[in-house]
Amino acid sequence: MNINLTLIGQSIAFAVFVWFCLKYIWPPILTALEARRTRIADGLAAAERGLRAKEEAQVQIDEDLEAAKTQAREIIANAQRRADEIVEEAKSDARVEGDKLLDAAKAEIDQQIHQAREALRGEVVSLALSGAEQVLMREVDATAHDEALGKLAAQL
Amino acid sequence: MAAQTSTEYIQHHLQNLVLGFHPENGLGIAHSAAEARAMGFWAIHLDTMLWSMGLGALFLWVFRKAAIKATSGVPTPFLNFIEWVIEFIDDNVRGTFTGKNDLVAPIALTLFVWILLMNTMDLVPVDWIPHLAYLLGVPYMKIVATTDPNATFGMSLAVFALTIYYSIKVKGAKGFFGELAFQPFPKFLFPINLFLEGISLLSKPVSLSLRLFGNLYAGEMIFILIALLYSGGFWWGLMGGALQWGWAVFHLLIVTLQAFIFMILTIVYLDMAHSHH
Repeated sequence: MNINLTLIGQSIAFAVFVWFCLKYIWPPILTALEARRTRIADGLAAAERGLRAKEEAQVQIDEDLEAAKTQAREIIANAQRRADEIVEEAKSDARVEGDKLLDAAKAEIDQQIHQAREALRGEVVSLALSGAEQVLMREVDATAHDEALGKLAAQL
Repeated sequence: MAAQTSTEYIQHHLQNLVLGFHPENGLGIAHSAAEARAMGFWAIHLDTMLWSMGLGALFLWVFRKAAIKATSGVPTPFLNFIEWVIEFIDDNVRGTFTGKNDLVAPIALTLFVWILLMNTMDLVPVDWIPHLAYLLGVPYMKIVATTDPNATFGMSLAVFALTIYYSIKVKGAKGFFGELAFQPFPKFLFPINLFLEGISLLSKPVSLSLRLFGNLYAGEMIFILIALLYSGGFWWGLMGGALQWGWAVFHLLIVTLQAFIFMILTIVYLDMAHSHH
């Protein structure tokens, strides 16, 4: 248990250990710890930001969805209205067309009636003439009585 | 070792392996306590130096390995453990040391881990390594370096030198002297002040090293006394085994606590050197 040179040896060894520790052990480990702390803090901040962005996106999505729904409703309503209009239009067109066709048919019928009447008139005249010839037993001068016959035919 | 009395057994366990110049035998290893004493100051405890430097190198090697592997990514369990130790030291330094000095934390780390390792050697059964050394022809082998006052004083004197250095560097020679001479009493009583403050200054390294040495020396002594029981037959041996286990469990506390106290007090002394009154 004597005090001797070991004392100085120990002091030197201690000094060398501390120097090594100061130079090669403490700084790299503490730097790594500091870097990790920063990384974790950054990561947490990023996660926080991500979460907030997600919430904002959700709000945006809800808004967009609502807008889309409203628009869809409008489009459907417009389409409904348009369809009703088209149907109405078609109905009125059909009515007009039908009236036109009816008029045309009526006109044709009138025309045919007129033609038939003209033909009948002519035939009635010739019948009347042949009847009168037979009654009179002679030839009636058609040209001489044309005027009178015309008047007669017009009365039919 | 067979024909030993208890006293011889104990004395054998408390003798360091000394290398030095004997007045008659010249340079060599001391083969008795008397020879070791005769070598005087210019001798060296080979076992203390070997075990302390070996454990110090182990500490530096393990921590250097961690320092090389340290990244900001996910740490391995080994790295995690080392970082845990480093953060423990860092927290203590930040909590106790108020100045700014990058040297303090490495000093604290070195002291804590190194002393812890040296103290832990106390838990190795007291006869294993000395007996192995004896079989190899080495007469003495004390494996607990902190039971050698040279080791504890070596560290505490280095800390003391740093305290003085930083006191003068931070406060200036005049400021440091003023701190010693002009308080706690008025200036004209400066001899009394100087005496009181001088004692308080010198008591720091002495108490620092003697506390560690005394605790470990006493612990080692109890282990040796317990080991004596093994030569007393089966029942004494059984009791010795139980006692050794119990004392080892209790000693774990002392081993850690003394390393921690040495570290914390070193930080406190360095902090006092940096702060103005």
